[in-house]
Amino acid sequence: MDQFVAALTIFVLAVFVGFEVIRKVPPPLHTPLTSASNAVSGITVVGALDLAGRGGVLVEVLTFLAIVLAMINVVGGYGVTNRMLKMFKKG
Amino acid sequence: MSEGAVNLTYLIAAVCFIVAFKMMSSPRSAARGNTISSFGMLLAIVVTVFHTESLNATLVASALLLGTGIGVWLARSTPMTGMPQMVALLNGFGGGASLLVAGTSLHAGNATGLQAIIATGLSGIIGSVTFSGSLVAYGKLEEWKFLEGLRPKGHQAIVATLFVLSVLALLPMIVAPPGEMWFWISSLIASILGVLLVVAIGGADMPVVICLLNSYSGLAAATTGFVLNNSMLIIAGSLVGASGLILTQIMCKAMNRSMANVILGAMDASTAAKADDVYGGKVKSASADELGMLLADAQNVIIVPGYGLAVSQGQHALKDLATRLAARGTKVTYAIHPVAGRMPGHMNVLLAEADIPYDQVKEMDDINPEFKETDVAIVIGANDIVNPIAREPKGNPIAGMPILDVDQARTVIVLKRSLSPGFAGIPNPLFALPNTLMFYADGKKGLSDLSNALKDA
Repeated sequence: MDQFVAALTIFVLAVFVGFEVIRKVPPPLHTPLTSASNAVSGITVVGALDLAGRGGVLVEVLTFLAIVLAMINVVGGYGVTNRMLKMFKKG
Repeated sequence: MSEGAVNLTYLIAAVCFIVAFKMMSSPRSAARGNTISSFGMLLAIVVTVFHTESLNATLVASALLLGTGIGVWLARSTPMTGMPQMVALLNGFGGGASLLVAGTSLHAGNATGLQAIIATGLSGIIGSVTFSGSLVAYGKLEEWKFLEGLRPKGHQAIVATLFVLSVLALLPMIVAPPGEMWFWISSLIASILGVLLVVAIGGADMPVVICLLNSYSGLAAATTGFVLNNSMLIIAGSLVGASGLILTQIMCKAMNRSMANVILGAMDASTAAKADDVYGGKVKSASADELGMLLADAQNVIIVPGYGLAVSQGQHALKDLATRLAARGTKVTYAIHPVAGRMPGHMNVLLAEADIPYDQVKEMDDINPEFKETDVAIVIGANDIVNPIAREPKGNPIAGMPILDVDQARTVIVLKRSLSPGFAGIPNPLFALPNTLMFYADGKKGLSDLSNALKDA
């Protein structure tokens, strides 16, 4: 239970931090924001890596798929964000 | 590596993510922020790889490389006009990964205790909805024909039932853990729910859906964090969840609709006036040459891009026209409606790609007061976001939606292929105003014709 409450505390605080920080992103950057946060949500790759050593064929297959999907998300997300942000120039 | 060192590294990664989002508050620092964020991600991945015991190194390495390869390829090959689709697709992959991680965790006997089981189940549901919903969103944005106009009878009831069923399917898991079979049943129901939620949503509501799915992919990652008791997953996931929610709110506000109305409601165009009554004999059109002469005399011009500009890939032709206008001393600015296009900020990216400086691009609230002192407003492939009927408090599907006040400009040029209605399905009285000139053409073709006409004028 303690562990759960600790996790919940982190969750609630992080949501507040997220709201405060992201609220200040101006509308012209909303597409890069979406793709960047998309890349961050690929953080599940860490979860997949964490489980990858638990043994068993099924675990190996599932974590393999999860790692591939999450890495596409991470690399693709950061890649397109970078491409977009490099285009924004001041006159 | 000790557990403590790993967690410290995770903390550094989480700080990188937060700092990166903070740096997104300005176009000048945003690109550096993105690099910092990706560094945090790399750090987290490397540390986890070295920390995890008895990894099948070959298998994990090939998975990492395969995903990276596909990611790089997608990031490089996607055209800027395809960004909404790309974001939807990537979102789906993130949701799918969360679903798989939750399933694996359950199978590996990792989920012990009530909270862990519930978190696993929720992670499965949210991950599945994100996965299937995003893939449907991708298909709709790619305009796959078989996804058009699908709204089963009793849509709202079906959606509600599926949601309840997917949650109920978790009960056997809780009563007799781990109940793996029920986890997958619940996820399967949630996948169907995701399909149905998104399939009925119309094109112009896509910005809201993309934001919402983005938020879900973050929530899915955060719930996976609860399953694995990993605080970095929780932090990163909730940041993304918050980001998606903020954008969803902004989009809904810009349409004067509630989230529930966007997701579950259908637009009802039946109360609106008939097209013939609005347009009958009042619509004037002009040729490129006539408009070229008009533009040649204009002191200042405001350009209003809409989805039609993206569809026709006319951003570079637009830049040419703007350059030509600027060369004659005409002041050119751009007005962006928050929901123009298919995702938040879509038009800004499109203009940036054509090398249009971002300080010439203005938000709706900043530019609206300027229309009445503007010689010419050029509307390109936009409709509902400039429909003055939205100023009426009620009686039509877009009543109360904030719009760009283009009708206050001295002359309005509307570049559009026909008088066909926009997403809301209602006629636009703007087209019949005495100061409006219709210019019937495809966006890109029309813009280069205008450019040429201006050269000769």
